[in-house]
Amino acid sequence: MRGAIIAIAAAAALLLSACSAGEERDVITVSAAASLTDAFTEIGDAYMAAHPDTEVRFNFAGSRTLAEQINAGAPVDAFAAASPATMQVAVESGSVGTPGVFARNSMSIAVPDGNPAGISSLEDLARPEVTVIVCNPAVPCGAGAARVFENSDADVTPASLEPDVRAVLTKIVADEADAGLVYRTDVTAAGASVEGIAIPDDVNVTNDYLIAVAPDAPASAVDFVDFVGSPEGQQVLASWGFLTP
Amino acid sequence: MRTPAPRLLIALAMVAFAFLALPLIGLLLSAPWGQMTELLSTPAARDALRLSLVTSLMATAITIVLGVPLAWVLARREFRGRALVRGLVLIPLVLPPVVGGVTLLAAFGRRGLVGQYLYDWFGIQLPFSTAGVVMAEAFVALPFLVITVEGALRVMDIRFEDAARTLGASPTRVLLRVTAPLIAPSLVAGAVLAWARALGEFGATITFAGNFPGVTQTLPLAVYSALEVSREEAIALSVVLLGISFAVLVSLRGRLLGGRG
Repeated sequence: MRGAIIAIAAAAALLLSACSAGEERDVITVSAAASLTDAFTEIGDAYMAAHPDTEVRFNFAGSRTLAEQINAGAPVDAFAAASPATMQVAVESGSVGTPGVFARNSMSIAVPDGNPAGISSLEDLARPEVTVIVCNPAVPCGAGAARVFENSDADVTPASLEPDVRAVLTKIVADEADAGLVYRTDVTAAGASVEGIAIPDDVNVTNDYLIAVAPDAPASAVDFVDFVGSPEGQQVLASWGFLTP
Repeated sequence: MRTPAPRLLIALAMVAFAFLALPLIGLLLSAPWGQMTELLSTPAARDALRLSLVTSLMATAITIVLGVPLAWVLARREFRGRALVRGLVLIPLVLPPVVGGVTLLAAFGRRGLVGQYLYDWFGIQLPFSTAGVVMAEAFVALPFLVITVEGALRVMDIRFEDAARTLGASPTRVLLRVTAPLIAPSLVAGAVLAWARALGEFGATITFAGNFPGVTQTLPLAVYSALEVSREEAIALSVVLLGISFAVLVSLRGRLLGGRG
């Protein structure tokens, strides 16, 4: 019995020391909107290549979830949100400082490769036999989808309100739904497995992406945010289809 | 007479209890008791509650109808590959539920192994349907029923069955009049565990069946969706979910421990 306890204690001590080892490198945690997954992963790699002493860790999810996590005390150094509304949730509670716009995006219809339901316009999404999925209205891509439907007077009843834009995209790639509303950049990111169908400019909406730093974040977090806004960071964002602010 | 207990045992038991109880106490303390009725009377909340009760009971019925025969075969029949079959049956216990949802899509999605024929021949689409929710819940709940009932079948005294048979009872009669009453307490325990698991199901449901109020948005999904809008509403819904499960688990506590409660 005693031997077992000693073994458990030793294992626990080992685990704890393993966790605190490696603290010599500067680690910054960046919470970023799901739609930034590809672009920010690439920007992070580029930043770490230029700053070997800093490690950038990402936490990708729906902007609203991220804002709630930060307000609940999640140790986050920088926050990149896909809409001013979700950023405001974190700003109002003082969890992050003044945000700045670093990219813009707009909505697109995404259909599985081969377009099985023959979708060519927003009006097609209102056909009853078409399975359409969108984001939950609380996350920016869902709010955007709702506004696009409103602007176009298309009476669409979605089959599912997905937690974030990547969940919509995954189900389109898997051909489980006939069409989804995602960001233009997500169509780029999905490559050949989905087709994008453009939404006319007069009904489409654009959303600003904002980034802000936590008040107690290390200097490297500010440096990373500057890097996102630098020509190098902007070039990566543009390569994934984002518009410059 | 109380059995003497090592002090360390008692101390560790208290740590275990505190570990389980503290998060619940935290939830109850942060619950918006004043606006509870208001938060729970929204159509989305009512739909979610109704859908959760209906789907979890249907999933439990499926696990009983399919799980008891499977448990019987595993307990009473020697066949090659039985260990493999048992391992497969237990997989949903260790599989992250989201992965469970992905595997369900691979089997029953529109392009899935079986799902493609359901869709092409009959136009049946399980994802984004209430039937899909029931399937996701039954998938994760079935192993709980199977292991509980199989265990009971293994430890029961097989001589009762032999005696009935030698007295001329048919196999069906033996099963219904001798075996069934003997394993009934375990069947109840297994069914309750399966139901509780089905009621709390989240990952497989949102992945396989999606999330739409009134159709596929069960209570756990409603909690997750509400979290993105209002923390109070999410907590209020969680309290309801907890209340239902707690009431049932406490009322059946005796039965769960060997049927003499």
